[in-house]
Amino acid sequence: MKTVVCIKQVPARDSQFRVAPSGAWIQDADLAFEINEPDAYALEEGLQLKEKHGGEVVVLCAGPARAAQAIREALAKGADRAIHIQEEDLGAFDPLGAARLLAAALAPEKPDLVLTGLQSDDLGYGQTGVILAELLGLPHATIIMQVEKQDGSVRVKRELEDGWFQHVEMPLPALLTIQSGINKLRYATLMGIKKAKSKEIRTVTAADLGAAAAAPSIQLSRLYVPGRSKQTQLFEGPPKEVAAKLVEKLKFEARVI
Amino acid sequence: MSILVVMEQRAVSGPPAWNRMSWETLAAGQQLAGELRQPVSAAILGQGVDNLAAELTNQKLDHVFVVAHDLLKDYTPDTYSAAVRQLVEHTGAQLVIFPHTYQVRDFLPKLATALGRVAVSDVVAHRVEDGRLVLVRQLFQGKLNVDVRFAGDPPYFASLQAGAYRADRVEPGSAALETFTPQLSPSRIKPLELFREAARAVDLTAAEIIVSVGRGIKEADNIPIVQKLADALGAELAASRPICDAGWLPMERQVGSSGQTVAPKMYLAVGISGAIQHLVGMKGSKTIVAINKDSNAPIFEVADYGIVGDLFQVVPALVEEVQKAKQ
Repeated sequence: MKTVVCIKQVPARDSQFRVAPSGAWIQDADLAFEINEPDAYALEEGLQLKEKHGGEVVVLCAGPARAAQAIREALAKGADRAIHIQEEDLGAFDPLGAARLLAAALAPEKPDLVLTGLQSDDLGYGQTGVILAELLGLPHATIIMQVEKQDGSVRVKRELEDGWFQHVEMPLPALLTIQSGINKLRYATLMGIKKAKSKEIRTVTAADLGAAAAAPSIQLSRLYVPGRSKQTQLFEGPPKEVAAKLVEKLKFEARVI
Repeated sequence: MSILVVMEQRAVSGPPAWNRMSWETLAAGQQLAGELRQPVSAAILGQGVDNLAAELTNQKLDHVFVVAHDLLKDYTPDTYSAAVRQLVEHTGAQLVIFPHTYQVRDFLPKLATALGRVAVSDVVAHRVEDGRLVLVRQLFQGKLNVDVRFAGDPPYFASLQAGAYRADRVEPGSAALETFTPQLSPSRIKPLELFREAARAVDLTAAEIIVSVGRGIKEADNIPIVQKLADALGAELAASRPICDAGWLPMERQVGSSGQTVAPKMYLAVGISGAIQHLVGMKGSKTIVAINKDSNAPIFEVADYGIVGDLFQVVPALVEEVQKAKQ
């Protein structure tokens, strides 16, 4: 089975974000980056399916030159090869434009299965996988917690609200968006890191793919820190002092202790 | 800019029932209609939804569309996106809004793509500026907001976050009922049974005080630090999703959209940044306390009291103070 896993490199979760002077994006020059967490689970699922059924895992990533670090990590964990759509300014692409890039690189691979994370930790649209499925004409299912490959088809467990789940079946090739927690993530081994150095990373550009940025159909106009909806009493200072202050409030004001 | 609200129902056990989030979207649709001076209609898809449609005809709406077809009885993204696409073409609706449910996340991007559009997903608020609609979304797990505008021609699509609008603001009135029958072919996707995992052994909803732990705890071996605080307060221990995903606490202790929804007398969030998936599960709590090292963490937006600091120093100090206060 040939699986393509789409991954995105995003700012590390505990980053302190500052809005750029233009207001159009964040200042990301001094941030640390990592593989988008749901994408890491998608990669792990791809690797586990390969271990069970054989085949190949190809990693596909659109992003600037720095995204090569995320790709090398995926290769070190066990992916066989990678395609890097190198674009310095992904911000010029709306979700449909970005998915068109991925689709153009994906289509010639003719995979049996395409996996993505269910959403990104940065933009959080939660749409790339589903758009990609539509562009490729593939059946899809989202927020997947279990994947069972059958003969020519796949049976998956979809997460619904309030603790409900549903089993869904569809023919291959198909696209699935993977939920965090579906499996247990592996770490790259020293051997894996060594091997990754000789694995193929094919670099292409939007122009190579004939999928340059078109006029976007939505525009992000201004980023800002959200205002507080509640009057929060915030305490800062030596731990002992703030703990005593909080307990006093909880005992005499909120009356919950 | 005529507006269409696409409502959601599901038949989990028994006849089709509302997904209550739809009523928040309906209220938003009516509000937008007032501000943009445009008509608003609502649609419901499915089979055997006449009772639900009748309920809609008693609201202040232009039309209520019942989109009926045998192939819409069980949800699939193929049939639902095709049906809504045909309804949008039939009505000429220019702004189509949805509740941001798991089902909408599954088919709305497909529908928008088929029409060469991009949906603005998970909207938390809106403004009208010079007659133009500005939608507000969250970025970076709620740490920043962004204003979004539609470009190009309608139809425009958006989904609204749970709790962003109030269902009790829906205005009653009367609406004309119209049945719309789409042309559908069977989906490639076969929906099978709906089910719940084994019964929950821990009922967090019964707890008066909950101490909840998130990523800030760093590793499984540190869980006893917050367990001590829970013990001192006589509280149940709960967690945000990543902690349960990692297996540090069992899934049944998870609070949030995919776990339990709680509203205790006090909810104390330790090292939880406050992604929306967590907030929807606890923001109804009477008193909310947050301990986090990042003063910009979204959890502080819903907190009554907050300590900005290192939980590994603050929590042990807090245990001591709680024990003193209880003597």
